[in-house]
Amino acid sequence: MTQIAVSALVLAGALLAFLGSLGLLKLKTFYERVHPPTMGTTLGTGLVLLGSIVFFTVQESRPVLHELLIAAFMTITTPVTYMLLVRAALYRDQSEGRDPSDRAAP
Amino acid sequence: MNAALVIAQVLLALAMAFAVYRLLRGPRAQDRVLALDTLYVNALILMLTVGMRTGSTLYFEAALAIGMLGFVATVALAKFLLRGEVIE
Repeated sequence: MTQIAVSALVLAGALLAFLGSLGLLKLKTFYERVHPPTMGTTLGTGLVLLGSIVFFTVQESRPVLHELLIAAFMTITTPVTYMLLVRAALYRDQSEGRDPSDRAAP
Repeated sequence: MNAALVIAQVLLALAMAFAVYRLLRGPRAQDRVLALDTLYVNALILMLTVGMRTGSTLYFEAALAIGMLGFVATVALAKFLLRGEVIE
């Protein structure tokens, strides 16, 4: 039972991270490419961490919750990182006279 | 369960390969920083799956260290792109 639960959680998390990286590879402009990796950083890590909590709680037959540390840390840091990065990209586009909404530009 | 973990590790390795391709290809600096960010998050998840396969909690600490150092690295690089300096 726990094996199935851990397998499902880890597979779902890894699949989300994979799809996020696929979007990073495939999409055309930078402002589109910012979106997909957030799937892996939020829900992807969240599901794998949940699977890890279930696995080690069952294995050591006591509540193992130190994975919540990574979950809290990722929740706080992901928005900060991406907001700074997009602000930097906007600033660079403006200072070079590019139009950020131009879909033909890389 | 071991098979599921192996499949997850293969998926994460492919995800890291995509991020490395975007890191090398660019085309602009912000794309490379974004790819580096994705790369370390995938490495963090991979560390957790390795920890579950071996049944040791040691890999959790490695994942935590990757997360913290990766955050600082990405913020420093984004700050550099924004201002041309990291510490003003």
